[in-house]
Amino acid sequence: MKAFAYERPATIQDAARLAAERPAARFIAGGTNLLDLMKLQIETPATLIDVNRLPLAEVTDTAEGGLRIGALVRNADLAAHPRVRQDYAVLAKALLAGASGQLRNKATTAGNLLQRTRCYYFYDTTKPCNKREPGSGCAAIGGFNRIMAVLGASESCIATNPSDMNVAMRVLDATVETVDPSGATRSIPMAEFHRLPGDTPQIETDLKPGELITAVTLPKPVGGVHLYRKVRDRASYAFATVSVAAIIAKGDGDRPKFAKLAFGGLAHKPWRVEAAETALIETGSADAAADRVLEGARGQGSNDFKIPLTRRTLRATVAEALRA
Amino acid sequence: MDMNQPIGATPLDGKLDGLVGRPIDRVDGRLKVTGRAPYAYETRDLKNPAYGFIVEAAIAKGRIRSLDTGAAKRAPGVLLVMTHETVPEQGEKKEQVWPQLQGPEIRFHGQPIAFVVAESFEQARAAAALVRADYDAQTPDASLRAAQATAHEPKAAQTPPDSKLGDFEGAFAAAPVTLDVEYTTPVQIHAQMEPHATIASWETGPDGDRLVLYTANQMLNRGQSSLAQVLKLKPENVRLVSHYIGGGFGSKLQPQPEATLAALASKTLKRPVKVALTRQQEFHVATHRTDTIQRIRLGADETGRLTAIAHESWSATALGDAFFETSANVTRSLYAGANRLTRHRLANLNVPIASAMRAPGEAVGQLAFECAMDELAERLKIDPIALRIRNEPEQDPEKQVPYSTRQLVACMEEGAKRFGWDKRAAAGTARDGRWRVGLGMSAAARLNPLMPSQASVRLNPDGTLTVRMAMTDIGTGTYTILAQIAGEMMGLPVERIRVEIGDTAYPKAAGSGGSFGAASAGSALYVACDNLRQALLRSAGMNPDGAVFSEGRALSGNRSETLASLAGAEGIEATGEIKPGAMKEKFSQYSYGAHFAEVGVDADTGEIRLRRMLGVFTGGRILNLKTARSQAIGGMTFGIGAALMEAAETDTRFGSFVNHDLAEYHVPVHADVPAIDAVFLPELDDKANPLKSKGLGELGICGAGAALANAVHNATGLRIRDYPLTLDKVLGGWAEQEGRAQRRT
Repeated sequence: MKAFAYERPATIQDAARLAAERPAARFIAGGTNLLDLMKLQIETPATLIDVNRLPLAEVTDTAEGGLRIGALVRNADLAAHPRVRQDYAVLAKALLAGASGQLRNKATTAGNLLQRTRCYYFYDTTKPCNKREPGSGCAAIGGFNRIMAVLGASESCIATNPSDMNVAMRVLDATVETVDPSGATRSIPMAEFHRLPGDTPQIETDLKPGELITAVTLPKPVGGVHLYRKVRDRASYAFATVSVAAIIAKGDGDRPKFAKLAFGGLAHKPWRVEAAETALIETGSADAAADRVLEGARGQGSNDFKIPLTRRTLRATVAEALRA
Repeated sequence: MDMNQPIGATPLDGKLDGLVGRPIDRVDGRLKVTGRAPYAYETRDLKNPAYGFIVEAAIAKGRIRSLDTGAAKRAPGVLLVMTHETVPEQGEKKEQVWPQLQGPEIRFHGQPIAFVVAESFEQARAAAALVRADYDAQTPDASLRAAQATAHEPKAAQTPPDSKLGDFEGAFAAAPVTLDVEYTTPVQIHAQMEPHATIASWETGPDGDRLVLYTANQMLNRGQSSLAQVLKLKPENVRLVSHYIGGGFGSKLQPQPEATLAALASKTLKRPVKVALTRQQEFHVATHRTDTIQRIRLGADETGRLTAIAHESWSATALGDAFFETSANVTRSLYAGANRLTRHRLANLNVPIASAMRAPGEAVGQLAFECAMDELAERLKIDPIALRIRNEPEQDPEKQVPYSTRQLVACMEEGAKRFGWDKRAAAGTARDGRWRVGLGMSAAARLNPLMPSQASVRLNPDGTLTVRMAMTDIGTGTYTILAQIAGEMMGLPVERIRVEIGDTAYPKAAGSGGSFGAASAGSALYVACDNLRQALLRSAGMNPDGAVFSEGRALSGNRSETLASLAGAEGIEATGEIKPGAMKEKFSQYSYGAHFAEVGVDADTGEIRLRRMLGVFTGGRILNLKTARSQAIGGMTFGIGAALMEAAETDTRFGSFVNHDLAEYHVPVHADVPAIDAVFLPELDDKANPLKSKGLGELGICGAGAALANAVHNATGLRIRDYPLTLDKVLGGWAEQEGRAQRRT
């Protein structure tokens, strides 16, 4: 760990201002990912801006009937929130499928959005990694890549986004609220918040330097059956090999009235293909939906299994939703 | 005492309510849960330590061209940057303890290339990141599979690498039913909770240099002797202290590089130096369990009687190292069969140093062999337990001596009854909702060694007893069972026994490893107590015949004296020693057991989850039913890990382990270990040692994973021969099954 300056601003404006003034500054909230990365010198911030005392820890109803989740709301609290459990159960389920009790007590909503990949090679500073050191190459390609992406990957990077929460936020059409150092606010749809690696895998989100997440907003609940199916290598405390977040409402016969599907473990961002949802609604066939989801899917060797696994998991999830 | 004959009646016999065996709580439990049991890194006896951090080689094969330490030396707080150019002179390697920083050659990824010492841990770590190494790197040879054909016959360790009896090839060719299968097991990491850690203090004095190490070590006397050679000190001038150890699992059987480096830095700086490996460093700097390739050939007649048994194993270790995984050793003894061979081959590769881990040999050997037996049973269409019973030997088939005790059949039958083995359905037929369900079993066997060990006991004037020996407690319960043995022998409650272990200042002891700890150290203590009893009776002029020690008193004839009065004003001391003797050769000594597992395999995703598990074991006299059961369950949990998830993946392009942290190197978590139980059948082994106990520490892992793998086969009809059994292999198997079904239609 490199020496760093530490600031603990009291207001959102001060936090954003500090982030703009200080070079190589990083916000820290729960620190459940950032501190590990700092110990390995994968993250080397010159200044840590501790945002834990900012007034961003509330969950409030929105005028539109939705929910506004403060950036600092802890994962454990969010999963236990009555409205989340009642109206956005997929989010509660995804949160509880992630990490461990101790980590969920500490990890925050905004921090989870910014959780970095678990790519083994990203964590090994003796290996080339375009995400860690742009231009150095990608050791995961041609290596052991069991946990890597099968969709949306590039020649530069095949890493995945490891978050469970993000998959649920994506299927819920959440919006990320931010404030920048000038005080300007903006709303970023989840669809646009995370980026594909392209040739700049070090840039993972749409956030600008110094821009601070203040909240995540959920639209009015849509009803339906909420499921989060996480497939993993041990029963708890493991990242998803593949996960499916589904909100499905039963229609007439075998076809759902509506369906929303998002996938984790497949790509650099939560994966959602609206054509797949349409196909499912029109045909009632999970395989037809899987065909759309997996369009362009490409295995890297040790992760080839994710392609059939995604299909099987989607099939099972749709069947479960329609049975419910 | 040399264990040359069966022990006969002892004071531990015939006490139905005795202290030995009782499931008492750990005597050190309160200290541990209140944080008052200091581990090596936490001890404060050595004042004002500096902090070390290891710089690892970033390549697996080649040479350091240049090592730039300038920035590191100038970094805040830095006291020393030790490299191959500045390291003090060292002696020869002993066993697997290597002199450190011996030159620019790189033999494996993670090999220490520099040691940075600073005033604080954070300063040392930050400065270590500033050391710049330039390499002439070469492509490493890091694949066991690629080296399999050229692997060599290793030097005999405790046992010869090969064995042969009768004519295997002929019998195999003639057998009406045969099996020829290959199993693989991956690299595994010990993943003990407490990392390797040492505080070293090198003191120069008029009568030579002395070294004190507070270190996490399982076998202190062995460590003392190897470090003395490497550091060119007299063994008696090296003191190792290891009062509490947070798990070892074999990785602390000998000092690891951090201990040597801390000692050398302390010598240079004339100040205590402390260092702990990071979790990531544990994977490369410390030892691991090698991957193995195992070929098993079995020939049987139609009734399942084995006529030919061959078990061959290939393993790998670092260049210049001789350790090989003795996977096939247990096969020499486990089942009858007239024609047999075992063979071990070793490849020296650009991989870190392989060493003993959690039942070296048996653990991975039985992962393969006990599945092969299941395959043979399936081929013969007979029950797997029946197959094993059919091949129950009269005596040890290769050593050709009787077993001291062997209750494998009783363990299997008792387990079958308790577990509901008769409810096992045909392979691939049982369902519970989305889960395919299967039952599997496996035999368990683990060598029962006895090691030389010494102990001293001192009866104090207040009637309390102090036990001393250089034994260790690696979390297994040694403090507790030693207190129980001494208490039973002397008629004292455990509250009046003070067990002082973990220091080479005390009598030499076996240490903890190889399942020999409790038997060896406990037997030395037994002998010491027996000698103390005789000394006390003698000093009081009491008749030793029929003397009894009970409730703090010695009773003989019509005399009854308190121990406090017998101790006198000075107290009285006795010592004891145990050595293995003729019993080791005259009898084949193993602990036995049987594992039963029920697994569910998710029919959609191929995820495998254990549903319940039972182990039935015999280990001679059980010294503490609670700690024994905990040990057994811990071993079984290792088996769950080995079967389902544990694998350090080697990237052969780099010669390094890819998933080098506990986020991605998976060991079982609580949710992976549901209803699990271990029971012990009554047994006394009077050939093993004076306690009539046998080793239990590693028995629980032996065969455990095979029971799960066999259950997976029962659930799915799939036979996965490459451990661990992960969902991708299940999906691959199903895809093949479906492909075959389609081709048929």
